[in-house]
Amino acid sequence: MSNAFTAYLIFLSPPAVALVFVLMSIAERRRAGALAEPGFFARNGWPVAIFLIVAVAFWALVMIVLPSLYMIDYSFHPKLPPSQRGGPKDIYTLANYRYFLFGSPDDTSHWNSTHLYAFWITIFVSMIITVVNFAVCYPLAYFMAQVARPGAVTRLMLLLVIPYWINEILRAFAFRVLFGTGGVINAMLIGAGLIHDPIDFLGADVALYAGLTYAYVLIMMFPLYNAIESLDHNQIEAARDLGAPWWRIHAEIVLPHAKPGVASGATLVFMLCAGALAAPLILGGPKTLWFTPIVYDRFFQAFNWPQGAAYALVLLIACMVFVLLVMRLFRVSLSEIAR
Amino acid sequence: MSADIDIDNVTIRFGDFVAVKDVSLKIAGGEFFSILGPSGCGKTTILRTISGFLEPTLGAVRIGGKDMSGVGPNKRPTALIFQNLALFPLMSVADNISYGLKVRGIPAKERRRKADDLLALVALPGTGDKKIGELSGGQKQRVAIARALAVEPQVLLLDEPLSALDLRLRQHMRTELRAIQRRVGVTFIYITHDQGEALTMSDRVAVMNHGVVEQVGDGRTIYDLPTTPFVASFVGENNGVTGRVRALFDGLAEIETPLGPMKGRDGGGLDVGAPATLFIRPEQLRPEADGVRARVTASAFEGHVTHVRLDAEPGHKLVMSLGRDLGAHLLTPGLEICVGFAPLDAIVLAQARA
Repeated sequence: MSNAFTAYLIFLSPPAVALVFVLMSIAERRRAGALAEPGFFARNGWPVAIFLIVAVAFWALVMIVLPSLYMIDYSFHPKLPPSQRGGPKDIYTLANYRYFLFGSPDDTSHWNSTHLYAFWITIFVSMIITVVNFAVCYPLAYFMAQVARPGAVTRLMLLLVIPYWINEILRAFAFRVLFGTGGVINAMLIGAGLIHDPIDFLGADVALYAGLTYAYVLIMMFPLYNAIESLDHNQIEAARDLGAPWWRIHAEIVLPHAKPGVASGATLVFMLCAGALAAPLILGGPKTLWFTPIVYDRFFQAFNWPQGAAYALVLLIACMVFVLLVMRLFRVSLSEIAR
Repeated sequence: MSADIDIDNVTIRFGDFVAVKDVSLKIAGGEFFSILGPSGCGKTTILRTISGFLEPTLGAVRIGGKDMSGVGPNKRPTALIFQNLALFPLMSVADNISYGLKVRGIPAKERRRKADDLLALVALPGTGDKKIGELSGGQKQRVAIARALAVEPQVLLLDEPLSALDLRLRQHMRTELRAIQRRVGVTFIYITHDQGEALTMSDRVAVMNHGVVEQVGDGRTIYDLPTTPFVASFVGENNGVTGRVRALFDGLAEIETPLGPMKGRDGGGLDVGAPATLFIRPEQLRPEADGVRARVTASAFEGHVTHVRLDAEPGHKLVMSLGRDLGAHLLTPGLEICVGFAPLDAIVLAQARA
């Protein structure tokens, strides 16, 4: 993309979007006549309305759409020194994607097993962590939303939130201290006489999985809590009164009601987990393969930005497709998740 | 099948608060029994105790002779209809009704047949596949009744289920509920703060106040022969005049009141010289040549009756309801009249001993 074109895009697209909205509102006004409710502009006033539209359009375009478009564009280019960019060698190519699959820009005889395996492990483990997170959060969310007294809910919420005041890196290091060969857990196990030699939790990725699970507990907790909290308690009692055992009440009354909350919590945890960087870097063992550090390395170790962009894009698309498939499977719509 | 219920000296405490105080009720199988009382009187607490969501602090609940202590709500032969109905909005009408059968492991075909039968019983045939959101208030009511009846309970417990409906529908549902109860023959226990509902539908009514059952009896007895001042003033409109007992004779009591001496039936438990209240219903007050002097302050025409508000001499307010033939239209505000009543229409009750 040329620089002049980019500049035009950045500065002209927000007003263009605003104009489209204005025209749409005028068209709607024509169609509905004077009986219609006051429109967006009449309700907020012109200055505020225009600010809102321009601000949202700017945010969406400049912060989200443009960088992503850049990344997509990047991923289809070869790695070139700055002097040759835009030159005859700067052509569209699938070499970066080929490298991800086969470990070489042009040889397709061997699979790139290391990266593919890391990719698969990342998706698979993120899935497991999402499920574990749900299993951990659901009983607690149910207890807080339907059983506990208001005072207890406040206290529990605080207990859940306060650990998150500590920053992510420090928390990850805390898990290192906890799970290290000379760490608290090993010391306790040895002290109790259960084992003789320390267990390598870090090497076995136990620390990583535990750390990732813990990091996203709240992300699962809040949507789940909100969804369960909005269920009329009488429905639970009605089911019980009709003879339902506790597990049927959860499976047939609470979970169907909380489905949008489960979906939004699970989506967030899965996406964040698959895209986590700090925890795998700090808690991963020497043999740990997580896909995001590989992406990071493409950018900042190999200095191959086009390849990094291709890798990041593959991860993004795989995650999105996976999430959409799972949503299809459980019959959840996107608007339900955003509720 | 229906079961009798024996509430035996039940007390229910929440911390220091006594919600239900030593209540004993015997409800016969197949009876339509109402518990009437103001909000917070403990009637819902009793209902939740019968259904098993609460355990009595003291005493016992027996259904069909079996002690229910330790038996959860999902194991009791009762079904509860909630005040807000608590239908399952994500299930169809038929699935709602057959949910209790589903958890009992009854096959889908049979469940559906039963649901359709019940829908016919509550006069909603062919609505099985509708969603709950598509039903009107009265239809939801019927679905809730059908859902509760599906599990063939021996006792149906209803927690003010008509309170959300508008007046016309409510009156219609009263007759409907009564008819359904006659048809299925199940014991109904109906909780309400609406005396009209309690009196029209029930075989017997228990009037509760502050966690205590004040009186149990059929509607006519409760209305005509209240045994406590609370029952007299809570069930229907009533004029109360407080004074001291002057004499007791021939089943009548004469009391000295700020409005002069008055006579009424002896409600029992009266002692000469003790404080007592005379209750006279508005429809039993009449304009008379000689009686309590009062000034008309307002007159409200309600069609078949006119409610005339009166100020008796020392600022004592009375209400008189007159039928069409009694010249109520002549009683304009400001007019000074005399009102009286037949002593047999009034009742004198002892002040509640604290």
